[in-house]
Order: sequence, then C-alpha cells, then structure tokens
Amino acid sequence: MRSADYLLKRLVFALATVLVAVTLNFVLFRLAPGDAVSNFSRVPHATPELRRAIAREFGLDQPKWRQYVVYLGQLAHGNLGVSYENQQPVSANLRSALGNTIPMLLAGTLLAILLGMVTGVLAAWRRGTAVDHASVSVALGFYALPTQWLGLMMILLFAGILPTGGRTDEFLLAPGFVQHWLDVGKHMLLPALTVALTLYGEYTLVVRSTMLETLGEDYILTARAKGLAPWTVVRRHALRNALLPTATLVALSLGYIVAGQILIEVVFSWPGIGRATYQAVLVRDYPMLQGVFLVFTLTIVTLNLLADLLYVRLDPRIRE
Amino acid sequence: MTVGLTQPDAPLEAPVTRRTGGLLVQVLRERRAAAVGAAILLVAILVAVAAPLLAPYGLHQRVGDVFEPPSSRHWLGLDDGGVDMVTLLIWGLRISLVVGFAATLVSMLLGGLVGILAGYFGGATDSVLMRVTDYFIVIPDVPLMIVIAAIWGPSLFHIIVVIGVLLWAPTARIIRSQVKSVRERVYVQRARSIGAGHARIIATHVLPQVAPLLVATTVLTVAVAIFDETFLSFLGLGDPSTVSLGKIIENAFVRTAISSGAWWAIVPPGIEVALLVLACSLLGQAIEDALNPRLKVAHLSPRFFRIRRPVSLDRERLP
Repeated sequence: MRSADYLLKRLVFALATVLVAVTLNFVLFRLAPGDAVSNFSRVPHATPELRRAIAREFGLDQPKWRQYVVYLGQLAHGNLGVSYENQQPVSANLRSALGNTIPMLLAGTLLAILLGMVTGVLAAWRRGTAVDHASVSVALGFYALPTQWLGLMMILLFAGILPTGGRTDEFLLAPGFVQHWLDVGKHMLLPALTVALTLYGEYTLVVRSTMLETLGEDYILTARAKGLAPWTVVRRHALRNALLPTATLVALSLGYIVAGQILIEVVFSWPGIGRATYQAVLVRDYPMLQGVFLVFTLTIVTLNLLADLLYVRLDPRIRE
Repeated sequence: MTVGLTQPDAPLEAPVTRRTGGLLVQVLRERRAAAVGAAILLVAILVAVAAPLLAPYGLHQRVGDVFEPPSSRHWLGLDDGGVDMVTLLIWGLRISLVVGFAATLVSMLLGGLVGILAGYFGGATDSVLMRVTDYFIVIPDVPLMIVIAAIWGPSLFHIIVVIGVLLWAPTARIIRSQVKSVRERVYVQRARSIGAGHARIIATHVLPQVAPLLVATTVLTVAVAIFDETFLSFLGLGDPSTVSLGKIIENAFVRTAISSGAWWAIVPPGIEVALLVLACSLLGQAIEDALNPRLKVAHLSPRFFRIRRPVSLDRERLP
C-alpha cells in the first residue's frame, strides 16, 4: 500500500470515528434522565404551558431525527450549547479549561516519556544487575499507585513548601508578566510531577521488555560483531526497533491520561478540563459534559491517527 | 521442520513447547519476585474470601469518634463515620478483587480473540474488527458510566461489565500489532509455504509469540480494572451500597481527611491498592520473561566489553 493511500484511509476513518462518537454523544445524553425542560421548569408555579413553551424553545418537541440534524448543524457552527451551571457558552468554558490543561499535561507527559525511556533502556541494557532491579522496582511501585492517592500524598508531603491547589496565587495583586508565569509554573509543579510519576512506570516496563526482545535479534549480534561500541548498538540498532511498540503504547496511553487527568486536576484544584468534567458530573451539567466528551473523543481520535502515521514512519515493513 | 532452516531459532523455541502449567510452577520456584507476587495475591484472595471471619468490627458499626487516631483497639484508627479502618480495608479488598478479576476476564476473552483474529487474517477481517475496536477506544468511559448509573442503576455487576467491555479494546490493538509483525516473520511464512493451516499456524507459531504479551496485558488489565474502579468511585459513580478500596479513598478525600490530619484514613487504602497491583505485575512480569524465549538471548552484554553470561545464570538473576 502506498503511503498516500494509507494516509487517506486513516483520515477517512478518523472522520468516520468522530461522526460515530458525535452520534453516540447525542444518543447517550438523550437517554440520560433530565433535560432542559426539567432543568428550567424548577420554578414556582411551573405550569404545563410553561413546560411546553420551554420544550418548544429548545426544540425538544421535534422528532428525534430532526433534533439530531439540528444538533449536527449547531455542532458544525461550534455551538455546543450553554452550560446549566454558569450559563456561559460551553465552547468558551472548554477553551479556557483546555488552555489550562494542555501545558500542565504536556509537561507531565514529556517528563514521563523521558524518564521512562532512560530508565527502561538502562534496565534492559544492564539486565539482571542492580540497576535493572532498582529501576524496575521503582517503576513498578509508581505504576501501582492510584493516581488520586499519589496526588493526595504529594499534598501531604509538600504542603507548605509548594502550592498544592489552584493555578495562580489569588493574593498576588497585579503581578507583572514574568511574575504571573513564575507563579503559574510553581503551581504547575506538583500536578505535572504527579502526571509524570503516575505515567512513567508503565513506559519503563514497556521500553525495557521491548528492548530485551530487540537485544536478542540477530542484527544486534551482527552489529556487535562489526565491533560497534555498545552505546552505538543500543542507540542505532536496538532502541530504534524497540520504539515501535513503545510509540503505539504511548499514543494509546495518552487517551488514558485523560482519566488520570480528571483525578489529578480534582485533587490539585487545577481549573482544567478534568476538573470541569468532575464538576459537570457532580451537578449533571449535560451540555458541559457533552462538550467535554466531544473534546476527549476528538483528542483520542487525533492521537490515534498520529500513532498510525508514526507507525508507518517507524516501521518500513508495514509500508511494504 | 528442516534443521537447516530453523537452526537459529531452534534452541529458542524449545521452552515454548513446554506445558504452561509446568512453566508456571517453574517460574514460581525460580524467581523470587514471582513468588512474592503470587504470595501477596494468595494472601489477598484468602483475606477477601474470609472477610466476614476476619473483620474485627461491623462494616457499618460506629465504634468511636470521627477520625479517631490509631490505638491498640483500632490499629489503623477510624474513618469519618467512626468505622474501624481495618474492617473497611478487609471488606474493600474483597470488592476490589472481585471487580478487578471479573472485569479482566471479560476483557481478555474479548480482546485476545479480536486481536489475534484481526492481526492474523488481516484484510477485511482486520479492518472490520479494528473499526469496532477503535470505536470502543474512543468512547470515553465516563459518559457511559453516567448513563449506566442513571438508567441501569449503579451496581457492582454493571461496573464489572462496563469496565470489562471498555478495557478489551487496547488489549486487542496491542495483540493485533504484535500478531501482525509475527505474521510477517520468516518462519511463519515458511510454515505457510509448506502448507500449514491457519489454525495450526495460530496455535504453534503465533500464540507462543503473543502469549507473553497476552499475560503482560492481563496483568496490566487487572491493575487497570482495579484502578478504574477507584476512579469511578472517586467520581461518585460507584455502587453506593458497597465498600471498595476506591470508595474508601473517595470518602477520605471528600470528608477532608487530609486537612484533618487523618493520614490513617487515606494512606492505607492507597497502599493496599498499590500492593495488589504490584503483586499482579511482579507475577505477570516474571511469567512474561519466562514465557518469552527471546528475552533469554541478548547479544549485548549487560556491562561493557564483557562476554555475556551463560543463559541459565542470566535467567536466575532476572527479577
């Protein structure tokens, strides 16, 4: 299969996936109890007339398929509805939440990948030695800890030393540009570190086991027989091939970070998309939930697409 | 098989043909980490089974003050409702184990089957199965949970089904990618060229290569299932009438155990979850290493410029 064909196919599939997810998003939330009518008619003297008027206003008296068409049309215009909770457009809420989440998540994930690669490669290379045992044990330890619990422990340990909640210091009056971002960075430290620690253990184990497999391949023997330095063998021959399963797993796990993200943001009161989800779940803010999960779905589909492309880039055998 | 063609692989394939049961016993005997993991799991399962006998107090029995610190009568203190923490931890272990194992069973059967079929047969089978898999991957768990909690009613059974059904997709994908690359390897093509059937190739060539990955994913899945349970409980979506480890952590967080300084309400359940997951991982990792003959050969010595150790020595020193 040629690369262009493959690319197009993946792209079409990603779009189809998004459509299915969007449809599911519509169906699931129509199944859930409560709607705009029950939300807005919680006023004294709510008459049947009022309920009907609200239903008409929100288009809820229309047949379901027409509601679906309207929903798709509004979605295409970027209209995700209005949050029940703060009466702001959902898209505006999402934008500000994402702006807070992405830098923190990115910092944590990059740190995790770096930590995982270094410790994993070291453990595989020095297999059976103290380095291997230490790096695997520590990785397993962090891998085994529940995310929210690790976050709570960080708060227990670092309370008073580092900020443990929120994104900025509320008492910092009119901070300058540098001062503001230093403050944000300081607040970001604990959540990002928690993201990294909860993630890196899994990466270490995967990198280690794929590296161990690769080190047994004949071309490693060849490389060694050629007299290449061990570091060159690891870097140029072993690590490159071990990257294939690792890249897939990292891309797949990025979707799961979302779940962990909710927990970490709740624990550290980080005003991002995870915390927005938590609050939307608590008060059953359906429009907000719909928007949040649209964002999650889009993110995961995009990341999977990237993983597929990366796969082709990394493994020429698939290109044939 | 002709000797000339299989020579490089021959010594490596030998352990694969051994029966899995015998291999398990061997792993437990030879690797300390595996034995430790199995021991922890065994103790956990025994404690979970004997929970009604072992729990010192009633699960809903108020035996003291709110967040009473640990004492000789209550080794790990009391929670926000004055309930004995040890009792809670024992019962919570029971529920968490049930959820973890039951959900994993569901997801491994589904994921293993889909992954092998899709990876091996490729083509239309692959694209149909992977399309289904991808949809399952993109469905975010939480709205499904909310809908199920609302319509189906939050119960343990529903949580197990939902976690199991949501967890198989990554397994299928990982297994598929491995099967796909195994399928293209020379010895599988060789087997195909001398007329081996699909069932035979899958059973004798693909499965042994995928098995370690399957075990590793099982381990991962038990861990993820237990995690998912704590996650759902943390969002307040767990079965309200049962006490799981996740529920205990949630209670401690919501009832501000941290700011009350009640570390005993929050530290033990997390450590218990960690121990469970750790035990699964140690056991799984050891089985994986033992199952995979390729791991025993490494052409790069652990230290610079040193002749690699004999295989038997190497194996014993691995975790």
